[in-house]
Amino acid sequence: MNARIRLAALASLTMLVALIAASTYWQAWAAPDLANKSDNAIRQVSEFTIDRGRIFSADGTTLAKNRITHAGGRTYYFRRYPLGSLTAAAVGYTTQTKSRAGLESSANDYLTGADQSLAGAIRQIGDRLLGSTIHGSDIYTSLDLEAQRIATQALGSNCGAAIAIEPSTGRILALVTKPTYNPNDIEGHYDRVLKIRSSSCSPASPLLDRATQGLYPPGSSFKVVTAAAALDTGRFTPSSIFHDPGYCIEYGQHVNNFTNLDQSGPEAYGTLTLATGFQNSVNSVFCNIGMTLHMPTLMNYARRFGFDQTPSIDLPSNALAISGLYKGKRLLSPSEEDKQGDPGRTAFGQDKLLVTPLQMAMVAATVANNGTLMQPHLVDRVRRSDGSIVRIKPQSLGRAIKPETAMELTQMMESVVTGGTGTEAAIPGVKVAGKTGTAENGTGQPNTTWFISFAPADAPRVAVAVVLQNQTGVGGTTAAPIARQIMQAILTKTANSNS
Amino acid sequence: MSARTRELGLLTLVGLITATGFASVYIARQNEISSGSLSYAGFFFALYLVAHLVARLTVPDADPYLLPMAALLTALGLTEIYRLNPTDALRQGLWVVIGVGCFALTLVALRHDFRRLESYKYLFGLSALALLFMPALPKIGRTVNGARLWVHFGSLQFQPGELGKIAMIVFLAAYLHSKQEVLALGRLKDFGPLLAIWGCAMLVLVATHDLGSALLFFGIFLAILYLATGRLLYVGVGLTLFLVGAAGVYETTAHVRSRVTIWLHPWTTQRLPCHTPHGIELMTRQQCESYQLVKSLYSIAQGGFFGTGWGKGTFALPNGNNLIPDLNTDFIFSALAQELGLVGIAALLLVLMLFVVRGFRVALQVDDGFSKLLAAGLTFGFTLQTFIIIGGILRIIPLTGITLPFISYGGSSVVANFILLAGLLLVSQRANEAR
Repeated sequence: MNARIRLAALASLTMLVALIAASTYWQAWAAPDLANKSDNAIRQVSEFTIDRGRIFSADGTTLAKNRITHAGGRTYYFRRYPLGSLTAAAVGYTTQTKSRAGLESSANDYLTGADQSLAGAIRQIGDRLLGSTIHGSDIYTSLDLEAQRIATQALGSNCGAAIAIEPSTGRILALVTKPTYNPNDIEGHYDRVLKIRSSSCSPASPLLDRATQGLYPPGSSFKVVTAAAALDTGRFTPSSIFHDPGYCIEYGQHVNNFTNLDQSGPEAYGTLTLATGFQNSVNSVFCNIGMTLHMPTLMNYARRFGFDQTPSIDLPSNALAISGLYKGKRLLSPSEEDKQGDPGRTAFGQDKLLVTPLQMAMVAATVANNGTLMQPHLVDRVRRSDGSIVRIKPQSLGRAIKPETAMELTQMMESVVTGGTGTEAAIPGVKVAGKTGTAENGTGQPNTTWFISFAPADAPRVAVAVVLQNQTGVGGTTAAPIARQIMQAILTKTANSNS
Repeated sequence: MSARTRELGLLTLVGLITATGFASVYIARQNEISSGSLSYAGFFFALYLVAHLVARLTVPDADPYLLPMAALLTALGLTEIYRLNPTDALRQGLWVVIGVGCFALTLVALRHDFRRLESYKYLFGLSALALLFMPALPKIGRTVNGARLWVHFGSLQFQPGELGKIAMIVFLAAYLHSKQEVLALGRLKDFGPLLAIWGCAMLVLVATHDLGSALLFFGIFLAILYLATGRLLYVGVGLTLFLVGAAGVYETTAHVRSRVTIWLHPWTTQRLPCHTPHGIELMTRQQCESYQLVKSLYSIAQGGFFGTGWGKGTFALPNGNNLIPDLNTDFIFSALAQELGLVGIAALLLVLMLFVVRGFRVALQVDDGFSKLLAAGLTFGFTLQTFIIIGGILRIIPLTGITLPFISYGGSSVVANFILLAGLLLVSQRANEAR
């Protein structure tokens, strides 16, 4: 019988070995995945025992701090956001029950001290063994609170977003979305967040970061990308001649220019240059450029500016939308773009094109930065609990267009503000380059209006994108004044700090 | 060094480990619990000293490792229960006293010759059946988490299946030992008893809705049947029959079906209808049916390699609400996994493996058929129960609510496992004194 007993023993030991293997799987292999599950309350609660790093604005104002609470024999560090809704979209929240958003989510490793150097990590293991509190790293963001306040005020009761970027570095100076919410309400008063309504859009979606996640037709603001492709390929120059009868002909059909405000029918400019067409935002010019370049070339340039890919920015990927051609809710692949895209309409920002304000700000910032795209980012530097400082270096994402192309585009964009569709963005004594956009959402429907710009045009310090939903006016009258105020706020400050 | 002296030395070591465990819980949670906790280790050591003395008198030559390992497992369980809820630990401590009492009684009663149990085999068989079906009785049975495993008399709650398991093993060892020659022939008519017991296992499954108990009893039966006859064919046929029967129950019983669904797909992205105290609401499965399993997996994952340390794990929200239901009974493994980490869990499972190896060694050493079947049956039952509960928690098999031997909170479990331990020591004494 002993041989049978040995077999039974073998079977028994196999079962127990399987348990060791399964424990190893869950505790070593699958643990990181489980740690990131949004309903993992154990992880979330345990992270509240960490003295979480604080979050500051560029001038050192506290955006997120800890409220110490003792419960059940442990010390918990809960979050408070002293400025409430002002920086909600960028900073986000961290709660026990609703998980995390914004930098609180994407920069969690810094804030919980998990980013430590080797020496720091060893000290942290020591802290854990001794049961001492783990201290996270503080984060200094690039957010300029004055610009943030001005942008919030200027957007007013509109539904929309504004984002400002420093072109040479990609530092995000302002990130505002409206309507927004108070992050202090998420944990205990979520009903207040759910009750937020807006007179300008429905649903109000206060938790949606329209600046990075909102997808809108870009309208004429996309002409900057089309013009960049036209000039950079060498196929056109600013003085290339076009003939505008008020429409272009695509697939044998008329594609009309923008209808005049007095409803007298489409504008018609007759013979004009590319530069004049850009200044007055003449659709037929760009429609013809689109048909000459075809979809692949046009979209290839768009991709150089960051289209068709998840934006590289230090915010959580679930709060980022990809700009590109959409069919329903699905992003088209490059080969589908070629087959299904309409080059004439895409060239002036209509048809299937949907973009985020972040993407359009990246376009403006790239032109401002001599054609080189910088990675947009919110985290400037990190101060570890041992006092050491880690600076986040600006990263280039590559050259989108030649410096000469950028220069020609800048001049064309300046003419938009000096005597074209964007005159309301003009700042006395400062050269401003910009482009308006008014996307039509169908006959009788309100417009989505845009303004993208940078200033000073000869030495840019700020690039801005503003979008407004459900407007009766056009980009030049609705969005341009908001962009101007944001640029002014930032330029005044940098001028003062430079002097 | 004599076997018992070696046992005493190992028990002292276990006492020191217990003291260290309680000390770490105390250090981590001193604003909540008193230094009185440290007396637990002393009390515990004294209790095992008594068990040791009884063993020294009744089974002087028995295996010296089984009792210290059981003590270590009980100490680990008690420390974790204490950390989770000091009141439960006090009650569990009392149950350990009763368990050691039953251990001593069993040893004393059967010290001359436990083999006379063989002549009462039908009594054991009937008691096993009675104990198994007791929770299904209308007045005293109680349904917990969809399975009927408990009975209650007034305020006393009991899982009779735990004792039923021991009685069943004694019956099977005795019955199959007497019938082993006939069964080994493999004639068709001898499949009768096999089918009868399969029918019983299915009845248990239908009556209690508990896949785990049915699997445990049927598994023990098949193992002892194989040990007695040496015919793997029986195991194959038996397993096939069990799967067929389980599939039938799966089709007809919503509770069993739900357990399987939870096992295969604990996470969903869509919201599904969920029965709540406030009516039917739409939720993801991890918020509803698989809440417990998923939260327990999060607890295990949270432990990582080295664990959070004793007393430092997270099991409740800051407002005191528990995150994992039934933590100290069915899910004590998840609590240990979080606080002791993979290192601690691997060590725990290795201790369980050593216990199993020593148990089978007793079966190998003893020279008569009944004793061999009894020792191997008890050891296999111990292993299978461990596998069913931990395997359920780790998603190797569908989760069912049975206890983890020696470690879980619960009186019936503690008492039954101490009797199991006494049985192994009795067989071991017989094996060693014969030399």
